[in-house]
Amino acid sequence: MRPDLQIVADLVPAGARVLDLGCGNGDLLEHLTAKACRGTGVEIDGTAFLASVTRGVAVLSLDIDTDTDAFADDSYDVVVLSHTLQATRRPRHVMAEIGRIAPRSIVSVPNFAYWRHRSELLLSGRMPVSAELPYPWYQTPNIHLSTLPDTEALVDEVGLRVERRLLLDERHGLLRNQSLASNLRAARAVYVLGRRGSPA
Amino acid sequence: MSVGHVETQRVVLATPDDPLVLTSGRSLTEVEVAFETYGEHTGDNAVFVCHALTGDAHAAGHHGDEARRGWWDNIIGPGRPLDTDRFFVVCANLLGGCQGTTGPSSIDPATSEPYAMDFPLLSVSDLVTTHRRLTAHLGIERLHAVVGGSLGGMQALSWALEAPDEVDSAVVVAASSRLSAQNIAFSAVAREAIMRDPDFADGHYYATGRSPQVGLAVARMMAHITYLSEAAMTAKFGRRFQDSDTPRFGFGVDFQVESYLRHQGESFLSRFDALSYLYLSRALDYYDPFYEPDAPAQLHALADAGTRMLVLSFDSDWRFDTSHSLRIVQTLEHAGVPVTFREVASPTGHDSFLLPVPEYHAIVAAFLGARGAS
Repeated sequence: MRPDLQIVADLVPAGARVLDLGCGNGDLLEHLTAKACRGTGVEIDGTAFLASVTRGVAVLSLDIDTDTDAFADDSYDVVVLSHTLQATRRPRHVMAEIGRIAPRSIVSVPNFAYWRHRSELLLSGRMPVSAELPYPWYQTPNIHLSTLPDTEALVDEVGLRVERRLLLDERHGLLRNQSLASNLRAARAVYVLGRRGSPA
Repeated sequence: MSVGHVETQRVVLATPDDPLVLTSGRSLTEVEVAFETYGEHTGDNAVFVCHALTGDAHAAGHHGDEARRGWWDNIIGPGRPLDTDRFFVVCANLLGGCQGTTGPSSIDPATSEPYAMDFPLLSVSDLVTTHRRLTAHLGIERLHAVVGGSLGGMQALSWALEAPDEVDSAVVVAASSRLSAQNIAFSAVAREAIMRDPDFADGHYYATGRSPQVGLAVARMMAHITYLSEAAMTAKFGRRFQDSDTPRFGFGVDFQVESYLRHQGESFLSRFDALSYLYLSRALDYYDPFYEPDAPAQLHALADAGTRMLVLSFDSDWRFDTSHSLRIVQTLEHAGVPVTFREVASPTGHDSFLLPVPEYHAIVAAFLGARGAS
């Protein structure tokens, strides 16, 4: 399993009901069965969907931008949104939905303000291509890129709040310095979000 | 590979001492069931196949003529999604049918005459109850899976709801949990065609030596239109003429599509009984399991049992379009039942569930053979 997924898995409490939006090949949900979690995945890509089915994961082929109204309020303990938010057409809607479906969310996003992205834009004058954002601009699925302060502003706007922020380097290891000043050094962040006004 | 030569077997599953009690409260004191099996039963590997409105027990292999294969031969066999090297596959003709299992054309032991319209009305639940008698007879305590398309999918869903502890997983393809007004309207016209045929004789035509052939053929022709997509019909027939390059300008069969439908109607007469059509199509109309009084308890038990559900629809199916499957998916998901769903792209309409659509077969194979699946 990818190192950042292990970080996400460690943040999920044992026995939780987990909805993984954009579950890919289902590896996180399969891994979480060892923690007695009951999971549902959502995956629209046919190849990834089939890989999830092969793993024995319950997976729904739905469009995250339009179909999350299928899930009832508070029907899960945790929603996972990993490597997915930046590929949605309606990130604000999706963020509001995850706050409706579960009291807690785990969101993993790339950081466009990572120093490599900044330097590539600054020095070559071209859109960055990196391990984190590996596609040229004209065929990237990552259509809504943000920096960490941008992401956190959206978190606030949809009535959620950041409970934990884990900053990762390019190899998805934890950065030693976890302050937001590391916006420059973080290639990715994993957020634990709760509802504003709810106890932590 | 195909399973090769197979034979239909018959077994008596209800007697006067052990009648089959139906949801209507009526009971049948004599029920015989025609069925076939493929593969070896090794304990936990049984897969029950439920057929649709006009299917039969002969799902796979052949009865002597290798060119004439069972109706679902493309999915059942060694190396196929319902892999007979792994699974013990069972298929039975439905109660109310006319191909070996007790139905309206069977002899009523009370009168020694065919039941005809005295046959009791059936529900999908009654079809499942009969299947469950067969699995008990075969020594099957738990099914690895129950699988079906259309009316077959409804049986798979009902089996999971009614006996979740008997079913490890259920595959529900191109099905519905409640017919729409349009669905019922098509059924109604088909039944009208049969019942208004003068040879229907108020349903007691078995004694007359005649049968409502015109009505049954028209019913089949119309139903067949709903099984195909417009794109599939355009691709298959377009506006081509049957016997010439130019129109003949008359009321006879001129377009290829007319000839095809007429053939579908005619060939149906030799294998299907009009009263079976009425009884089984009516079971579809009334099917509404999630609105039964015990549905909440059933859904709760299904979630507790951990039965895995696979629901599939086809994007060109307008008979039971994807909204029907999504209603099933959403109801199951809200109840906490592990459910997998995908709308599969296929141009061939409702009939896609009978065809070897590669993505569809790959998903069924992956689901039945999934890691962690017992």
